[in-house]
Amino acid sequence: MSIHHIRVTINGKLYEGDVEARTLLVHWLRDSLRLTGTHIGCDTSSCGACTILVDGKAVKSCTMLAVQADGRELLTVEGLEQNGKLHPLQEGFHVEHALQCGYCTPGMMMAALALLKRNPDPSEQEIREGISGNLCRCTGYVNIVKAIQYAAQKLREPEQVPAGSGGGGE
Amino acid sequence: MIPGPFDYQVAGSVAEAIALLDQHGADAKVLAGGHSLIPLLRFRLASPAVLVDINRLRDLEYIQEADGTLHIGALTREVDLEASDLIRRRYPILADTARVIADPVVRNWATVGGNLAHADPANDHPATMLALGAQLVATGPAGQRLIPIEHFFTDSSFETTLQPNELLTEIRVPAPSERSGGAYLKLERKVGDYAIAGVAAYVVLDGAGHVTYAGIGLTNVGPTPIKARAAEQLLLGSTLDDAVIAQAARQAAAEAQPVSDLRGPADYKRAMVETLTMRALRQARSRATGGA
Amino acid sequence: MTTTSAGPHVHGLGEPYKRKEDARFIRGKGNYVDDIQLPGMLYADIVRSPYAHALIKSIDISKALQVPGVVAVITGKDLEAAGLAWMPTLSGDSEAVLAVDRVLYQMQEVAFVVAESRYAAADGAAAVEVDYEPLPVVVDPHKALAPDAPLLRPDKKDRQPTNQIYHWETGDRAATDAAFAEAEQNGVVVRQDMYVPRIHPAPIETCGCVADYNAATGKLTVWMTSQAPHAHRTLFAIVSGLPEHRIRVISPDVGGGFGNKVPIYPGYVCAVVAALKTGRPVKWIEDRTENLTSTGFARDYHIHAEIAADKEGTVKALRVYTLADHGAFDAAAQPTKFPAGLFHICTGSYDFKHAHVAVDAVHTNKAPGGIAYRCSFRVTEASYLIERMMDTLAREVGKDPAEIRLQNFIKPEAFPYRSALGWTYDSGNYERALRLAMEKIGYEELRREQAEKRARGELMGIGISSFTEIVGAGPGKHFDIAGIQMFDSCEIRVHPTGKVLARIGVQTQGQGHETTFAQIIAAELGISPDDVDVEHGDTDTAPYGLGTYASRSTPVGGAATAVAARKIRDKARKIAAYLLEVGEEDLEWEPGRFYVRGSPSKGKTIQEIAFAAYTNCPPYLEPGLEAVNYYDPPNLTYPFGSYICVVDIDRGTGEVHIRRFLAVDDCGTVINPMIVEGQIHGGLTQGLAPALYEQLAYDENGNVLGSNFQDYLIPTAMETPRWETARTVTPSPHHPIGAKGVGESPTVGAPQAIANAVVDALAHVGVRHIDIPITPWKVWAILKEKGLATA
Ligand SMILES: Cc1cc2nc3c(=O)[nH]c(=O)nc-3n(C[C@H](O)[C@H](O)[C@H](O)COP(=O)(O)OP(=O)(O)OC[C@H]3O[C@@H](n4cnc5c(N)ncnc54)[C@H](O)[C@@H]3O)c2cc1C
Ligand code: FES
Ligand code: FES
Repeated sequence: MSIHHIRVTINGKLYEGDVEARTLLVHWLRDSLRLTGTHIGCDTSSCGACTILVDGKAVKSCTMLAVQADGRELLTVEGLEQNGKLHPLQEGFHVEHALQCGYCTPGMMMAALALLKRNPDPSEQEIREGISGNLCRCTGYVNIVKAIQYAAQKLREPEQVPAGSGGGGE
Repeated sequence: MIPGPFDYQVAGSVAEAIALLDQHGADAKVLAGGHSLIPLLRFRLASPAVLVDINRLRDLEYIQEADGTLHIGALTREVDLEASDLIRRRYPILADTARVIADPVVRNWATVGGNLAHADPANDHPATMLALGAQLVATGPAGQRLIPIEHFFTDSSFETTLQPNELLTEIRVPAPSERSGGAYLKLERKVGDYAIAGVAAYVVLDGAGHVTYAGIGLTNVGPTPIKARAAEQLLLGSTLDDAVIAQAARQAAAEAQPVSDLRGPADYKRAMVETLTMRALRQARSRATGGA
Repeated sequence: MTTTSAGPHVHGLGEPYKRKEDARFIRGKGNYVDDIQLPGMLYADIVRSPYAHALIKSIDISKALQVPGVVAVITGKDLEAAGLAWMPTLSGDSEAVLAVDRVLYQMQEVAFVVAESRYAAADGAAAVEVDYEPLPVVVDPHKALAPDAPLLRPDKKDRQPTNQIYHWETGDRAATDAAFAEAEQNGVVVRQDMYVPRIHPAPIETCGCVADYNAATGKLTVWMTSQAPHAHRTLFAIVSGLPEHRIRVISPDVGGGFGNKVPIYPGYVCAVVAALKTGRPVKWIEDRTENLTSTGFARDYHIHAEIAADKEGTVKALRVYTLADHGAFDAAAQPTKFPAGLFHICTGSYDFKHAHVAVDAVHTNKAPGGIAYRCSFRVTEASYLIERMMDTLAREVGKDPAEIRLQNFIKPEAFPYRSALGWTYDSGNYERALRLAMEKIGYEELRREQAEKRARGELMGIGISSFTEIVGAGPGKHFDIAGIQMFDSCEIRVHPTGKVLARIGVQTQGQGHETTFAQIIAAELGISPDDVDVEHGDTDTAPYGLGTYASRSTPVGGAATAVAARKIRDKARKIAAYLLEVGEEDLEWEPGRFYVRGSPSKGKTIQEIAFAAYTNCPPYLEPGLEAVNYYDPPNLTYPFGSYICVVDIDRGTGEVHIRRFLAVDDCGTVINPMIVEGQIHGGLTQGLAPALYEQLAYDENGNVLGSNFQDYLIPTAMETPRWETARTVTPSPHHPIGAKGVGESPTVGAPQAIANAVVDALAHVGVRHIDIPITPWKVWAILKEKGLATA
């Protein structure tokens, strides 16, 4: 049972720690670093609640060892907001009512982010495919698709989309 | 679901990986994308003493055509296969396959080599590689050897002819000739699931439209990936008309060895092999003759 | 209750106000149970039975105790010594907390390991050695009733000598039988067996808790994934003997419930015991396999239904017999006074003169449960059977499924309508909903297309479901949990500056109460929902409530909130009269303000009144501006709707493709259309799931199949159609704002629309029924049998 010292950049900040080889990345993030926005919903790498970006690519952080993250750059939901400004995906999820219990939301947004990096102008079908590794039990996905379309447009042409109307927390 | 304890070593080079495998023998497991291995570890269905992580071997991630052969580095991620312009253009059957493996997040990490080395009859690449007649490069302490894909899998699930101290380093696929085409079709309970049944079909035609090569591989309808040899034989020399396609499809179904499980009863799966073989061959024909 | 153009903009009823709770969730700053980490906290893991039925010969914990980091291992024997080995279920049975001498289902809890980390706890659990002696397994509920079936519950053989938990009948048997006799002679009788399979709510967050006992103060705090924190507190007090005021249950953010988080599970109790034993906080979080295999399943009803009708298809009587599989313990989380919950709503939207229902419930070697998966206690089963049967009747008399429904609907003028099985439906207009659905989807055109396709050999089906729901438990006279009547509550405090804190007895698992309840108060007081914070889920601060499930939040909790807000307004009127030196009767209300009739400029805003309540209160009133309401509804509410589904079938594979799905819902007054729409989308998806994908199956040895998300098939965005929705509004006459509750209608109404569509596609070759989930192989087997299979 080897112990490893790892150094990982997460949301632009360097974290260090000793981990057992078997420690799952998601447990290290949540239990050791207290970055609890990344969730756990299954044992079989099926639900995507744990999705984060590693070196820009989405990964199910329950299916990667913490030690594998050594020296890599991670982005979790906590890193989406920049300088007090919500990421267009966060805004889109709020405006389009793409979350209910919120449990799948961080993973869903991270998968969507990876999708939009690859494909800035996805069709509805491409969006549905892009989030097919992420399960939501509450929303029926229709509004999640809209939220991702909202963000895609805003990322492509930042000034065109009106800011979300109707307040409520934002 | 928490893995049991194990040690972990990162390989900095292929040579180092092989040295580590040689040192630990059967106690070691290669860690590639980890998307088959880590779930097994979590359920404590595998308990290797040490994992040899090959994810840093960037020189095993490539897709290139040279000398009439497509070379795919074993660590190539499914997403790269799926997105590769070369693959889409020249090897649509491989793009078909990559696209239906798991889900896009899994495909970011899962590797082509791992998909084959895991020798899971439910995995999709084995059938396609069987249809294409791929060759695998195994690298060990004594250097490289080439394993034809039909000699890579054994009679048992999850078993290959790789030695414990060998690494799968490359997959080689013959470059397509002018009149060739293939398709991979997969039936699944829902998107992201392993196949109820999957069929890969690949054909090469001569100038007169006669079949000079036929490959048919079957997914998840037996203890191992299945090469439907008799069905392939039926096609050879034919003009790939609907009648022979139907005949080959029936034959492929006869070569399947499905069992009843949560993905349906055996007779259904066998029938699906027929349906999918028929559809895959028609699409292969269409692609071989210039269609999509 | 709409906003006026004058005055400040008020986000009251009917507006798509964006959710207040989103702010934390989109930032990853939610606070779910597994996010809680207390100093010195231990982690737990549960040792579970691999057998479905076995005697426990011995449990050896010595190796586990030697695993580094393991602090304690608790077994059933330890609990027995403390009198805690058994706990009461919500249905009057007792359930083993940890098995003492026998296990009754696979994955039953056998030992509880606590350790310094999750990893050490898992290692410890793996090291516990249990010696079992397997016993014969009863999987099939029909066999459970056989005279030679092994008795599964010897622990209660004095009370219940067989595996039969209850036999229950309701309705007029004699009159029903007479109507059937008449129909056999002069009309038609249709019959169908159908199985509504065992499924699981499977919220993406599993169940879990953190238990913390402070020995110095004697206070126990339990953060838990609970849909009913107050009821759980009371049950904990009853089970543990701890004084109830020293127990605090906090349900923080909950990642979906759908009924799964209504019962109390052994893991919670063990965590509390472990916290008491070790003096340290203990966290127990289920993994997905444990969630699917051991906590609250739903449905599992084997139904035989019969309709008697005249030759024209006008229904006369309904007769239903059901065998209910409750698993090893009767833990059905259903608070009604009727053993089978609200199952006898099964006459649905149709005017049956006579009906009779009989239900037998039995034990088998399966996990306990019987929870209401996004529905009200067996309504889904009821609605499924009647909607399937109406289609069967339509075929029998050669009518279109739409026509047979229109012919038999309860007419709008018949409300309040008393059903043959004793319910009083509050309001409804079923024909309007179905006609709207038919018009929106282009029903006639689809039927023409279907005929053309059939002629070409293509299979297309159109399915209708015109369901009636029954939600909003209480009234207290019909519903209770452990004797506590099912009212609900709200407490409102208006601060001197006019800002509002409201605490509610119901709890949210994603339904958006922090927004909708703020909107209710905002509408009543004429202020912005931004000025209203809604708290819930903490038993030390929230008023007593019975929890959120069965779509009861809006009908009951929402009513309590509206009534409490009206009490505030009543007091505000008194204060305004005092301040304006006029009589109360001289005041007029407009949103946010009382003014003197005839001189609109003379008035006081609610904010001014609030300030006065604390600074210049009339001497004859108590200072302050607060109100509490406990609301016991006079009746249930009866939302309804008509859904139409269009499917295409692949003749080569048997795959069903949902081309369109239109849902017309009527949930009375809508508080927030955006949230209602979201609830409908989600509910439809949870109706799609059992129709085509989900099932918790068991093999003959009692092994659970489909025990993880690899095999328990939750639809992804790819399987889920782009839901289309529309609405009619028929307010509830007895609800303060006319709302009915919507969270569950679509889950109740959707499966049969899909099933009906698939059967419709195959009706021309004589197919009358296919059990859900309608898998491709079930369809293909039919295609093959009927000679329709192609490659
Ligand atoms: C939710 C989910 C769904 C999935 N669905 C599908 C699906 O539909 N179709 C499908 O085909 N696959 C599916 N997979 C499997 C996925 O494609 C796996 O990632 C793949 O099978 C293994 O690739 P890997 O790189 O992850 O290998 P790993 O998990 O790292 O390794 C798998 C095995 O191969 C060995 N190995 C790996 N690389 C080498 C090498 N270069 N040399 C020698 N040995 C090696 C390892 O030691 C191990 O025994 C799914 C996985 C998940 C998590
Ligand atoms: S927790 Fe479900 S995929 Fe990672
Ligand atoms: S919002 Fe609850 S799971 Fe997606």
